[in-house]
Amino acid sequence: MFARLRQNRRLLILLALGALLLLCMLIAVSLGAVSISPLNIIKMVLDKTGLFHFTATWQPSDETILFLIRLPRVVAGALVGAALASAGVLFQGMLRNPMADPYIIGTSAGAAFGATIAMMLPVSVAFLSFGLVPIAAFFGALGAVLLVYNLAKVGGKTPIVSMLLAGFAVSAMLTAVVFLMVTLSGRQGFLQNVYSFLMGSISVTGWTQIALIAPLIIGGIIAARFLAFRLNALSLGEEGAAYLGIDVEREKILILALGSLLTAAAVSISGLVGFVGLVVPHAVRLVLGPDHRLLLPAAALSGGAFLVLADLFARTVLAPSEIPIGILTAIIGAPFFIYLLRHTRREYAF
Amino acid sequence: MISIKQVSFSYGDNPVLRQINLSVGEGEVVALLGPNGSGKTTLIKLVSGVLRPATGDIHLNGSILGRMKRRQVAQRVAVVPQQFSMPFAFTLREVVLLGRTPFHSIFSDEGERDHSVVQQAMEHVGIASLKERFFNELSGGERQKAILAMALAQEPRILLLDEPTAHLDINHQVEILDLVRRLNREQGVTVIGVMHDLNMAALYFERLILLKEGSIFADGTPEEVLTAETIEEVFSASVQVTRHPFTNTPHVVVVPGQTLPR
Repeated sequence: MFARLRQNRRLLILLALGALLLLCMLIAVSLGAVSISPLNIIKMVLDKTGLFHFTATWQPSDETILFLIRLPRVVAGALVGAALASAGVLFQGMLRNPMADPYIIGTSAGAAFGATIAMMLPVSVAFLSFGLVPIAAFFGALGAVLLVYNLAKVGGKTPIVSMLLAGFAVSAMLTAVVFLMVTLSGRQGFLQNVYSFLMGSISVTGWTQIALIAPLIIGGIIAARFLAFRLNALSLGEEGAAYLGIDVEREKILILALGSLLTAAAVSISGLVGFVGLVVPHAVRLVLGPDHRLLLPAAALSGGAFLVLADLFARTVLAPSEIPIGILTAIIGAPFFIYLLRHTRREYAF
Repeated sequence: MISIKQVSFSYGDNPVLRQINLSVGEGEVVALLGPNGSGKTTLIKLVSGVLRPATGDIHLNGSILGRMKRRQVAQRVAVVPQQFSMPFAFTLREVVLLGRTPFHSIFSDEGERDHSVVQQAMEHVGIASLKERFFNELSGGERQKAILAMALAQEPRILLLDEPTAHLDINHQVEILDLVRRLNREQGVTVIGVMHDLNMAALYFERLILLKEGSIFADGTPEEVLTAETIEEVFSASVQVTRHPFTNTPHVVVVPGQTLPR
């Protein structure tokens, strides 16, 4: 009876968060240079499914804006937020360190490094060069996280300070190399692209990129959810988890690979968006507790909602110009990070 | 039934255990004693399967430990370490539930049976009333009981204790060791515990194994092992052995100001 009660509670919370995400997406889709009424949006989307038919109470141009511009961007924002928040949960759980975030520990910079190399390759086949970016980003992310993890490890532990320092150094190094490569390449337009990539901005044109990235992110989050009970066991540390029958080395590789996959998928459509993987899991953990079986999907849904709203703010507050979303999340996230650094020592008892 | 055959282990170039031969029968209550660095904790880790012997084999009911899956081992053997650090705000109940991990699969991670086992484990240890409290806010003694309850939730046939009473007040030491004895009596759980306190070991364990520099120096009942000569030889400490006034077991007393040259 108790098991069912708890499972029902979990399901209800996730349904509520899912509804919240959809609501945020609806608001974000309706607002912009031209606003579209939420009712018409719902009608147009249902109409598009082919299951329902409504007489058009909207302009044909609205339909174009909705399906070709706004909806892809909002869906991309939700995917990026969900991926970064889930990657944050995975890294924090594995490193037993609530400060771990794909941006802070260098995973995002690694993905950006890989992506830049792929973008610079003189591959002419369009679909191939597009497919290469996420793959290269994945290996860049995995390489960076392994490097930071091994640099930060002191006697089997990864203390906050050494992890932050290693993450900072690796990030700085990789970002510098990205700029160096771009400068040496001598391609003028490219510098602008890479710059906005490193600032972080959701740039999708239509649905092709989303069709490629969405299965990676959704599949990655589902796979991560299956690891959730092992992440719980890993909170006891590697030795404690091993006593509970966890094959720690195999599990760490799985978690790092999944975290890198999610980060790379996000980075390849949004560039470097920082602190989402820090702020969102932390807030969710405070409200719903640290059990990864709830924390992981809840953080994914909340991360999606958070980034959709952040992106809405980024493109409307100074319209017609846009603030890069990475700058916005850093403005919100960095002070929060400093606050955590100063206040949570005791709470997390290392 | 555990049998350890010709087991050696070293950390790097530093040999910790040399050619250990030992067998522990079902339902025995065994204490591992010895000075710091004599290999007690390493032996516990080898029997739990988290460390692999460099040479030799450990058999668990006839199967070679090294060939069993970690999960299978954890369904039979539970370990209570000295202390766990917990970075996240899990409640006591959630920590005890972690003991069910070896029985979970990726498709089912919490069922009715898990809940009743967890509830029983908490009641057994006497902490059921604290179950919604945060683990990190409990006292040292309560935390150690929670970890013992987590080990019980594994429904182990073999319980390994690594200095379970190391940082505890004397009342908590007695409570924990009483509990362990009761488990052994009522459920026939085999117990192997690393102990620092020779007198506690004499009171609660039927068989004492004394390690010195990675080898077994003495193995027997408290009467056989706890003699002044043996202790002086192994610990380089000057002691006298008297009798406990109520249980008549050997009782080791030290004399201030007297140590022996190493």
